[in-house]
Amino acid sequence: MRENHNKEFKKNPLSIQIDLSKFTLATDQEKAQQDIMRESTTFWRDGMRKLSKNRLAMASLIVLIFIVILIIIAPSIVPYGYEQMVTVNGVRDKSAQNLAPFTYSELEQEYMDDNGEKLFPHILGTDHLTRDYFIRVIYGTRVSLIVGIFASFIVLLIGLIYGSISGYLGGKADLIMMRFVDIIYSLPDLLMIILFQVVLDQTLAPVISGIPILEKLGTNMISIFIVFGLLYWVSMARLVRGQILSIKENEYILAARSVGADTSRIIRKHILPNCISVIIIATALQIPAAIFTESFLSFIGLGVQAPMPSLGSLANTAREGMQSYPFKLLAPASMICLIVLAFNLLGDGLRDAFDPRLRR
Amino acid sequence: MWKYVVKRLGLALATILIICAITFFAMNAIPGGPFDSEKAPRPEVQRVLEARFHLDQPVWKQFFIYVENAVQGDFGISLKTGRDISSMLWESFSISAKLGGLAMATAIIFGIILGAIAALMRNRWPDRAIIFFTTLFVAVPSFVLATLLLLFFCLKLGWFPVWSMNNPSYLLPILALALYPMSYITRLTKTSMLDVLNQDYIRTARSKGVAEIKIIFKHALRNALIPVITYVGPMTAYIITGSLVVETIFTIGGLGSKFVTGITNRDYPVIMATTIFLAVIMVTLTLISDLIYKLVDPKIKFD
Repeated sequence: MRENHNKEFKKNPLSIQIDLSKFTLATDQEKAQQDIMRESTTFWRDGMRKLSKNRLAMASLIVLIFIVILIIIAPSIVPYGYEQMVTVNGVRDKSAQNLAPFTYSELEQEYMDDNGEKLFPHILGTDHLTRDYFIRVIYGTRVSLIVGIFASFIVLLIGLIYGSISGYLGGKADLIMMRFVDIIYSLPDLLMIILFQVVLDQTLAPVISGIPILEKLGTNMISIFIVFGLLYWVSMARLVRGQILSIKENEYILAARSVGADTSRIIRKHILPNCISVIIIATALQIPAAIFTESFLSFIGLGVQAPMPSLGSLANTAREGMQSYPFKLLAPASMICLIVLAFNLLGDGLRDAFDPRLRR
Repeated sequence: MWKYVVKRLGLALATILIICAITFFAMNAIPGGPFDSEKAPRPEVQRVLEARFHLDQPVWKQFFIYVENAVQGDFGISLKTGRDISSMLWESFSISAKLGGLAMATAIIFGIILGAIAALMRNRWPDRAIIFFTTLFVAVPSFVLATLLLLFFCLKLGWFPVWSMNNPSYLLPILALALYPMSYITRLTKTSMLDVLNQDYIRTARSKGVAEIKIIFKHALRNALIPVITYVGPMTAYIITGSLVVETIFTIGGLGSKFVTGITNRDYPVIMATTIFLAVIMVTLTLISDLIYKLVDPKIKFD
């Protein structure tokens, strides 16, 4: 039968019928090559695996999580408020100025001796206005972190929208939009921030009076966000535009288009997943920069308004008595450094794990 | 080449003009005029004063008058002290320029040296130590660094005198200003140096038997320094804004501390003049670094 078959095959040299005699059975070893050694991995899972192997980045993440937990739960444990002065039995205790860590004022000591109950210790002592310093540092960290994250979010939002429109439209519109970005980019940003901060501080007050949430935030805090929204989005817009422009030109976009994918599918399935990692990394690195700027502004007296503390304003106030109470300077200062360092290292780790340009 | 220079020069001038406009109109948006006081002057006096300071003109005309005067070096007078602002600017500028210039030189020289060492001794202990400290310094804001340096070396240990006009001690303020940009330059030099060391022409030089020291200085370092030039612009911005706090902390009477005092006093003419003055310095140095960048790198095309 087979012989016949073969002979028949040879009669038709152009036949594409498979000649089975030329094949042998696969050995077990060869079959084993087809086994799935490990689960197929996605971009995210692979990135997370790389990130979890980066010890520095993981340590930073743990530090940041610890700080976040601390600033969330500490205010409900410590029975003092950030603007509350030490009072014993309803009497303001004026002797509680500048207490050393873990000490009590005379009135507090008397109260404890009389009643036998223990008052919550002042972990970092008190400041010159008899306010518990530990809780002020906690609230200062809260304010600095919130400003940093929220400002970065504003930057991300504006930069993403502007950059993707500019990149997607291309041509003349892109040229004009990018000229505008160039102009803002060439302005010295911190000087402009100081200037706007001075101006907005004076002009915002009548605008926000009557809106409780905004009033609580204070003019300086709002103007920090406005200024970030005005100036800092340009580098994000440039980044997003560059990403979209280069991704748009790829063959797989052309391929997707040629098989009939519509614009929204191309953006959702091809452009966004390819540039999102770069955008997330840039945002992660924007947060410490924003915290830096906020603490700088607070330090020169243009940051959040008293009595609300921020790490920068705490460090500035602590300068006056720093020879006698150096820990009051060290506490907010080391908090800023720790947060910025952790975000920097985490951002670097994210870049190493997720940036497609660094992949091999 | 010249076409590029002219184009870049025009851009810088436009930037300065925009900065002037933003500064001027922003300051004009602040409510209240300079002659609003509880004891209002008589209307005729007010009119004379307004005419003297051109306040009777429309705002856009006032702007051009301001720019015209500023170009001639007249920034008006301080609201607080009544002194001529431009003479104050020049006086304090000499101190700040010396401080900033020395800080920049320190940052560049040590940054390049450390970066080169880190690249050449990759993954050995000098590299690890350098990268550890530079990572640390990048996370410390200049005001924290300045305060800590002042606290430990001036006040606690007494190694350096506290600043005074007769006995200026530049070392600590320079350190406070230079450590951040130095760390940045170190990392920049290291990456670009590693990049260059992997290039074919380095291998060619090695295979020709060129002395290692000559390879490092003549072939590697020269090419590795090109990215550093681009950092001069941002570094100027960092050092100028850093000098605001560093000068305030060390009580140095330079431009930076004058600016901060102006902000605290809400002395608008001083804020305006200083912003424009500092912005001009930043734009000029960025321009110079851009031009040098194009000049040294033959790979970059002028378009």
